[in-house]
Amino acid sequence: MPFLDYAPAPESTAILHLRESYGLFIDGEFVDGHGASFQTISPATEVKIAEISAANAQDVDVAVAAARRAYDRTWSRLSGADRGKYLFRIARLVQERARELAVAESLDNGKPIKESRDVDVPLVAAWFFYYAGWADKLDYAGLGPNPRALGVAAQVIPWNFPLLMLAWKIAPALAAGNTVVIKPAETTPLTALIFAEILQQADLPAGVVNIITGAGDTGSLLVNHPGVNKVAFTGSTAVGRAIAKSTAGTGKKLTLELGGKAANIVFDDAPIDQAIEGIVNGIFFNQGHVCCAGSRLLVQENVQDEVVDRLKARLSTLRLGDPLDKNTDIGAINSREQLDRIRELSDVGEQEGAERWTADCVIPKDGFWFAPTIFTNVSTSHRIAREEVFGPVLSVLSFRTPAEAISKANNTPYGLSAGIWSDKGSRILGVADKLRAGVVWANTFNQFDPSSPFGGYKESGYGREGGRHGLAAYLESSGWHSPAAISKGARK
Amino acid sequence: MSRLTVLKTYKLYIGGTFPRSESGRVYEVATAKGAFLANAAKASRKDARDAVLAARAAVGGWSGATGYNRGQVLYRIAELLEGRRAQFVEELRQSEGISAAAAEKQVDAAIDVWVWYAGWADKYVQVAGNGNPVSGPYFNVSTPEPTGVVAVIAPQESSLLGLVSVVAPALVSGNAVIVVASERAPLAAISLSEVLATSDVPGGVVNILTGSPAEIAPWLASHADVNAIDLAGAGSLDWVDLQIAAAETLKRVLPPEDGVPLPSVERVTFFTETKTVWHPKGLI
Repeated sequence: MPFLDYAPAPESTAILHLRESYGLFIDGEFVDGHGASFQTISPATEVKIAEISAANAQDVDVAVAAARRAYDRTWSRLSGADRGKYLFRIARLVQERARELAVAESLDNGKPIKESRDVDVPLVAAWFFYYAGWADKLDYAGLGPNPRALGVAAQVIPWNFPLLMLAWKIAPALAAGNTVVIKPAETTPLTALIFAEILQQADLPAGVVNIITGAGDTGSLLVNHPGVNKVAFTGSTAVGRAIAKSTAGTGKKLTLELGGKAANIVFDDAPIDQAIEGIVNGIFFNQGHVCCAGSRLLVQENVQDEVVDRLKARLSTLRLGDPLDKNTDIGAINSREQLDRIRELSDVGEQEGAERWTADCVIPKDGFWFAPTIFTNVSTSHRIAREEVFGPVLSVLSFRTPAEAISKANNTPYGLSAGIWSDKGSRILGVADKLRAGVVWANTFNQFDPSSPFGGYKESGYGREGGRHGLAAYLESSGWHSPAAISKGARK
Repeated sequence: MSRLTVLKTYKLYIGGTFPRSESGRVYEVATAKGAFLANAAKASRKDARDAVLAARAAVGGWSGATGYNRGQVLYRIAELLEGRRAQFVEELRQSEGISAAAAEKQVDAAIDVWVWYAGWADKYVQVAGNGNPVSGPYFNVSTPEPTGVVAVIAPQESSLLGLVSVVAPALVSGNAVIVVASERAPLAAISLSEVLATSDVPGGVVNILTGSPAEIAPWLASHADVNAIDLAGAGSLDWVDLQIAAAETLKRVLPPEDGVPLPSVERVTFFTETKTVWHPKGLI
């Protein structure tokens, strides 16, 4: 066996108890949808996993009505402490069924089992555990005394972190006292449907969480339903923009977590070993299907060659293949559609004059795969430096001074995240201040925690998920005004 | 024997200077009873775009100033307002057709609101930000920063208190502002710009346009270099269309309000972005 060639170590799928087909989860039960059902497949093999119902307008009506009923009759009458107890139950059930959820996630999404097992699912449990404790402490959320729930929340989530995004949406919504209708992505509905079984085990009152599956048209019906009070969306900037337009003037509270084109800035005094690991983690984690991925490497000119050489050496040791194999570093691209987009933008990168390097690895015959790829000689006007590839493709640009790095980093309509690598504390803090991004990772990257607010500046959306700030998306302030004496009698 | 008074020419306030509208247009401002008061500049699309340019150029300096510094500069405006109290009372009395007592109340309230907001400049970060107890060896802190360039449609009925109640909160965190004044009663806004010009507010931090909000607001709502828009005084416009135009670049939008918005720290934090910074801690 050559160096670093490991024997296969696949995680068993025997832990799964999947059904042949799944309905919609409405009012506490699985029911058949009235839209055209679809299949969810494994992107690593293209083999069908299960048949999934699709919700049409009638189903969306029923789901929203169930959520409204549950809000009026049950959930809004429950104490915060009891809401919290349900969330604690859910957190524990997720922990108990963690391995099953991780296997299902890797099967359906294509991400390596080491990521679903060690990142996604533990964070799902942590998210419910964190927000469970908030449910009876909302007076301390910074929104004034007695902040109010909004009502029914419509939530649409993406395919890159299917169950984790579900947790980011549902946990704060329920803690704040809202009920939920959530739509997982078309290509990754599986873990949401297993989660529905967890809700049944937790004995969550019927209708508090409704899970409807379907494609973009189902999501559009949901967010535009007149019966919802709140819309939360994670996904592309194009869809986010459309939602912002269609909800304008409706009074629905809107939070959007959209695309990104993060700069990962490496200064010449950076700890290079850690920086290389951080760059790899920043763009090749989850096949680069990460909105906050460090897709633009900005490296100081005098260390550029060293960094790029070491990066190529490191990428050559990554193992691409079976997502369920415990040794796999790079899993499958989530869908053929996404693979086509990555290929198209990579081809454009070459056509525009950037230099392409691709790690030498064996691509499996079936499924959707894209080997880790680096572009050098990239200029700020290239499409691969401006558009979100959402795949394992890194664009390398160089800079000479901190001011140039900041200006290049901010030269994008996005503003979700950024990275800084340097051993100089004052430089890190100075640069962090000037980066127009919602999350700045210094000497680390892609760290997530339920207590840490996450969200974008500019066209990366608005609102924060995580932490105390994440509650504000699901609560209405009861007013935090100045002493009335200031302007008494002078108002019309 | 009465002295012939010297009349004032009312112009726009852009980038710290007082230009006429590039369009050459003016419109007649009258008292509540219809008597001629002044010709105010009628701002055009080009004026609005010039104001955005000036605001963008000013954001870096204003947001880079310390909160203590911004607080003092804002407080200084209240000092100057107090000194010009009689002038504002007279302008409000004439243009809004209210009694001297009501005008005095409005001016006093405007000054007090300004002082209240000035005091937030070096405090709102502590109220809106916090350290985060993440599950790992990381320093992690979330702090609010100004959103950037904020366009404001001022309340149309209360020409000074309304204006102050929307401009001051946006300035607290370090945003630069383009505000469209009350169309019917713009004189107090122009006089406020004279206060701003003689205070220590850097040019371009506040830009004041007079004219038709219905005409100017769509250009501001759709401008790609505006980060947020406050529609406080846009209730009688097609404000849903403005919100749709603003969605094209995902601007932060505050909806219209009835009357004058109450002073509130949420008006400060609405025009901020929360930034979370992580750094590893050594395991010692």
